[in-house]
Amino acid sequence: MKDHYQLVIIGAGPAGLAAATVAADHDVEVLVLDEQPAPGGQIFRAIETAPAERAEMLGPEYRRGEKLVTAFNNSSARYLPDTQVWSLSAQREIGVIHQQQARMISADQVLIANGAFERPVPFPGWTLPGVMNAGAGQILFKGSGIVPSDGVVLAGSGPLLLLLAWQYLRAGVKVKAVLDTISRVNYVKALPKLPGALLAHHHITQGLRYQQTLRLAGVRLHNGIRDLQAHGTKSLESISYRHKGSKHSLKTDSLMIHFGVIPNIHLSQAAGCDHSWHKRQQCWRPELDKWGSSSIDGILIAGDGGGIGGARTAEHAGRISAFKILRNLGILNQRESKLEAAQDRKWMKADLHIRPFLEKLFRIPDSMLKVPHDNAVVCRCEEVTAGEIRSAIADGHSDSNQVKFLTRCGMGPCQGRQCSQAVAHIVADKTSIPLQQSVQFRIRPPLKPLTLEQLASLYPDETE
Amino acid sequence: MKSDVVIIGGGLMGSSTALQLAMRGIHCTVLEKESPGRHASGVNAGGLRQLNRTPAEIPLTVEAARMWRNIESLVGSDCDTRFPGQLRVAESAHDLDLLEQRAAMVRSLGYTHEEMIGREELFQLAPALAPHCVGALICRDDGYARPFHALTAFRRKARSLGVEYRVNTIVDAVERERDVWRVTTRKGEFQAPVLVNCAGAWAGNIAASLGEPVPLKPGAPMMMVTERLPHFIDPVIGSASRKLSFKQMQNGTLLIGGAHMASLDFRKQTSDIKWPKLAVSARSVMALFPQLKNVRIVRTWAGIEAFMPDNLPVICKSSTAESAWHAFGFSAHGFQLSPLIGRILAELIVDGKSDFPIEPFNITRFQPL
Repeated sequence: MKDHYQLVIIGAGPAGLAAATVAADHDVEVLVLDEQPAPGGQIFRAIETAPAERAEMLGPEYRRGEKLVTAFNNSSARYLPDTQVWSLSAQREIGVIHQQQARMISADQVLIANGAFERPVPFPGWTLPGVMNAGAGQILFKGSGIVPSDGVVLAGSGPLLLLLAWQYLRAGVKVKAVLDTISRVNYVKALPKLPGALLAHHHITQGLRYQQTLRLAGVRLHNGIRDLQAHGTKSLESISYRHKGSKHSLKTDSLMIHFGVIPNIHLSQAAGCDHSWHKRQQCWRPELDKWGSSSIDGILIAGDGGGIGGARTAEHAGRISAFKILRNLGILNQRESKLEAAQDRKWMKADLHIRPFLEKLFRIPDSMLKVPHDNAVVCRCEEVTAGEIRSAIADGHSDSNQVKFLTRCGMGPCQGRQCSQAVAHIVADKTSIPLQQSVQFRIRPPLKPLTLEQLASLYPDETE
Repeated sequence: MKSDVVIIGGGLMGSSTALQLAMRGIHCTVLEKESPGRHASGVNAGGLRQLNRTPAEIPLTVEAARMWRNIESLVGSDCDTRFPGQLRVAESAHDLDLLEQRAAMVRSLGYTHEEMIGREELFQLAPALAPHCVGALICRDDGYARPFHALTAFRRKARSLGVEYRVNTIVDAVERERDVWRVTTRKGEFQAPVLVNCAGAWAGNIAASLGEPVPLKPGAPMMMVTERLPHFIDPVIGSASRKLSFKQMQNGTLLIGGAHMASLDFRKQTSDIKWPKLAVSARSVMALFPQLKNVRIVRTWAGIEAFMPDNLPVICKSSTAESAWHAFGFSAHGFQLSPLIGRILAELIVDGKSDFPIEPFNITRFQPL
């Protein structure tokens, strides 16, 4: 492996794979860094090795990834699996760990294509063993065929919730209930967005199919649930919630939660790219132009990491960014890159038609985001509760970073990925400073823990 | 808005000064351009170190150490202080020689807080050290605190005595008109007969506007912290021949510093970590504690501090303006001194004199003769 590449792509999901293939086809020296052992990203995880039978259970969209991976494998792009990126600077220096070894790689152009992660939404008991993100549940299923042995409850909001319930059902898992935080109000609010959404009918028909199958199988589907709590002493024993004014509880040792996904912005924040709060998607996103260029020269972002658009949009965005990168490298001129990107823009526009509908429909209720229960642990690493954060704010620590200084909330190994949004919501709620104007946790590299020995092995010629 | 004293800078020096003045019944307003502790005061290593100070600072550091011992009586919180001692470890005969000279110099000044210990006692105090270490200079009642907690305690106490804090209040101009200082900010004008400059890395601007520019250089020393480990060491470890400050905090994390500088964009108030220098820092840790090689670093950061060319602070009355006072430029070792600095300034302002020898810290040392 070299120390410098024309293009380094971080992430080998749909955006990264599509971009790498385009760039490599134009003879660009491309290095793709990926945390996973095989290309495909979260959405097409283990696509090369999943048995045909399991792939069938996972549905037709999963098959779509095969084409992407094959084209990538046939390209000249260099692939580095099992690789963690622990720093990214505005000068496009990238700190990586591969096979326990730390090293620095530099690039003329960097494409961040590291996707999204599940929105952490604190509620009482969410840190109990037995409560798991639906995405993690799906990873266990896709990667190793592991499913809950004694039935499962799914709770939250977002397309993955129904998909996973449907996948479990097909795999013979007892689905005890699907508890959706979406209220009827969302359906009403989402309806005006439907004509546009109909252009992307494949999403809707899929969702309806999942619901119908679950209903026919006799699964309890409760909409508009509130006050979700997980109970148990050492691990999950039961859950409780409110539905239509009455309190319900269910015995279960497995709860899959999902509140949609939000962009993984740690790298773009570390590099110093500008970000802004996106009201409809209820998350921070990097500020990008229509090519995916960030506020920093030579750093582009494609796919869900730049804003949630889903796998197909990510694939198109990856190619569009690749054409811009080709232009930045002087391989295409302005006219050529525009022309090359035109088809992907058209497809992407069609695919994005569903978004306003989905964003309205799956909008997380403000009550869950802004006012987590005082007993809810917000920072899992340092075990800081919403109540402690509120008292820090009441004591005059009026932004996220001051709360962090005082409570250590966000100082653990996850680098605040899990709690930064929740803290920002609580601060905004208590101080009445809108999220748009609030400050986020400052990023403190390494983004992934690095051992003293790994750090010590870098820059051997440097002295005091 | 009017008060008796306007203090520019809501960090430890400003808060300590405000507290001491308030204890003497004087009404202060503290103007903070961001939030208290945003830079040096909140993110420093929290060292309570008398060890290895320059002779001019010794009378101050010894009294400050006494104040930290009783910090709870001053601010109503122990500020998470611990006093397990600080060591300056020797790895060679040459190191030992240097440290012995130092110890002799301190003794000759009439102080006893620094002393040499041999190999045997060193390994009783810090058995985890690499076996090649041969001895150390020790200050037994040194220790550390948690800086942001200390700052919060000072600020709370000051506020409870009537000190007013104005945060996100950037000072645009200071002018003396008749007997009153007029401090113009984007959030209004503040007036007081007395002005105190505790603006840290930004204090140079205030000094310049009083007509006494100083060669202050902002810098951003880097720190790193590891994951939590089982308790294995008590004293704070420094080195005779390496840039290193190493301690295990109350929660088990290791806090590693060494005054390696980040690259700083002072205008944007941001800094970029310089990994080559932290790699050196990591090698220093591994030389003294090879068994820590697989410990994971979870965060690095750099806070912006004021450095003077001689690494000594400025603590004095203004040489050019009436009723204006300075306390800044602590060059990354001000935390320990902070309780006393507030007291000295309050004495100077109220009584017109202090018993502490502060002449070496006069701003006039930078002015052409």
